Amino acid sequence: MTTRDQMLASIKANQPALLPTPTNFTFMSVYPDLTQQFIDVLTFVGGAALVVPDFASIRASLHTQFPNMTSVATTCPELTDLADVTMNVTDPHELSGLNLAIIEGPLAVAENAAIWVDERQLPQRVAPMITQYLVIIIRQSTIVPNMHDAYKLLNVDETGFGTFICGPSKTADIEQSLVIGAHGARSLMVYILP
Amino acid sequence: MNKQLILDHADAAVEFNKNEAKVDWHDETLWFVRTKRDRAVAQIPEWEQLREAASQIKNHVLSNMHDLLIQFEENAARNGIKIHWAADGDEHNAIILDIIKQAGANRMVKSKSMLTEECHLNQFLIDKGIEVIDSDLGERIVQMRNEPPSHIVLPAIHLTKAEVGETFHEHLGTEKGATDPQYLTEAARQHLRETFLTRKVALTGVNFAIAETGGFVVCTNEGNADMGAHLADVHIAAMGFEKIIPRAEHLGVFLRLLARSATGQPITTFSSHFHRPRPGQEMHIVIVDNGRSRQLGRPDFRNSLKCIRCAACLNTCPVYRRSGGFSYHSAVAGPIGSILAPNLDMKKNADLPFASTLCGSCSNVCPVKIDIHDQLYKWRQVLMKEGYGPGSKTVAMKAMATVLESPRLYRMAGKVGRGVLRFAPITVENGLNPWYNQREMPEPPSESFHDWYVNNKKA
Repeated sequence: MTTRDQMLASIKANQPALLPTPTNFTFMSVYPDLTQQFIDVLTFVGGAALVVPDFASIRASLHTQFPNMTSVATTCPELTDLADVTMNVTDPHELSGLNLAIIEGPLAVAENAAIWVDERQLPQRVAPMITQYLVIIIRQSTIVPNMHDAYKLLNVDETGFGTFICGPSKTADIEQSLVIGAHGARSLMVYILP
Repeated sequence: MNKQLILDHADAAVEFNKNEAKVDWHDETLWFVRTKRDRAVAQIPEWEQLREAASQIKNHVLSNMHDLLIQFEENAARNGIKIHWAADGDEHNAIILDIIKQAGANRMVKSKSMLTEECHLNQFLIDKGIEVIDSDLGERIVQMRNEPPSHIVLPAIHLTKAEVGETFHEHLGTEKGATDPQYLTEAARQHLRETFLTRKVALTGVNFAIAETGGFVVCTNEGNADMGAHLADVHIAAMGFEKIIPRAEHLGVFLRLLARSATGQPITTFSSHFHRPRPGQEMHIVIVDNGRSRQLGRPDFRNSLKCIRCAACLNTCPVYRRSGGFSYHSAVAGPIGSILAPNLDMKKNADLPFASTLCGSCSNVCPVKIDIHDQLYKWRQVLMKEGYGPGSKTVAMKAMATVLESPRLYRMAGKVGRGVLRFAPITVENGLNPWYNQREMPEPPSESFHDWYVNNKKA
């Protein structure tokens, strides 16, 4: 018998009688203003958000937020002129010098300020972690109240990789002091379009 | 720690308590994490229903483990992920060594995995000439110090920033005496970035494995699991078989509970869903038993396998907070570790179920409703019955049973006790009496209830 068969046999012999999966495991979250809830939580976790009317405002804000920054890459067709490098590389190591990545997020969650991105937004999976600074552009209409709502809309295996990103990378492993910028991006700026 | 003489929990706790200021800091810091959890929980009105849903999903998983694992294996294979099965820690370690060798590598970067701690993977690989670098900041710190993690979520919680500064000065060349967490974290970031960019093999743990889709989820705040996995040619994910959940939609429940219970965050910074290797990459999953199927067969203890490793039970535990993670001499410390460890080795871990006041706080905060304190109590029964109880307790209990069985002996013992406390307190108020440590002995009553009753009845 292989290890696999032995393990499975032992599991089968030892598992208790079948219990059903619960039918009621999703809940509704009610927030007076989904966008405001998203912004409040994002601020709480060390990120920043700005509600903007259009790409021209995003462009203007990026110029003030990241003046004269080089090694900028974006997947937004509206902002390609801001980029001097690309995330469309075959070897992810080529992104090691990336300073600023500007990507779109197709789905955001109000309860925890998480933004889903997958390989449709990411030419390379490592892009939102390896970049020094991260900007994600979302739309108000795609903010759902909670994680149950998010998973109802998502096919998590539609692409080979997807992740919820909530704020900039952080750690509190030294005496529980919060430090923003662990191994991933040092900041997260979210622009919210109508 | 493994090579040193292992103290039992009580003796190790005495050692830990010698530095009173540090114990106070440890106690208060973990309690602060617990209060952050409470604040996060208070914002979710349906919290208790969420716990119940999580508990029921996990109960189903335990009862349907065989079929769910087969479903997971089929779907993961279809996704191009290679599945390996390991009966114990040795097999797990051998499989991983084999994958590293196949890749022609002699070094690996690793994100947090308590399973690999349980299997002592690092030492095994180092002995075989493979360099392993832990990339979670806390784990990197303790790895440099040749220590195991003292907490499953906060691996370096037993250290002060001055101690971390000293360690980094020695290993990373930071300025001597530097203690600023920002500066120290930046040094580790630079050091580990170089590691991520140069390692061909990366290992991660698994928080949840989805049977329906054949993928798995890894949660980190630092982004270290992603940095390692997305830059490596080979990604190995190690999981205990109990990490399986039926459907992706169930993640909604678990991701709402996990980070709030762990640190009071609404969710971890990254909750990464891996389903297929990226082009040109190899992806492996090692599914490990190592005693889990045996635990699954113990009706009183099987639901310890529902654990999602949030560490809320550690943070709330008055014993853990004041005795430190190392006193548990087990990869997983605290209340949950104390109900998992006796299954791994009853003799070696017989002291752990006694490292509790049975106050029940662990069960109250557990996001998947494991009856931790009941199991601690039940393990005590099993351990005494199997003859693994602490010797001093066995003798004391036997003596007590003899005294309680005989009314004559009982009355005599009471008289002697009262006399001793009144006339010769030194015989009990000394270091040889463990009850006298950190306690005042009680004022002895002038007479027993029996004497009082007899006297008053006459009157």
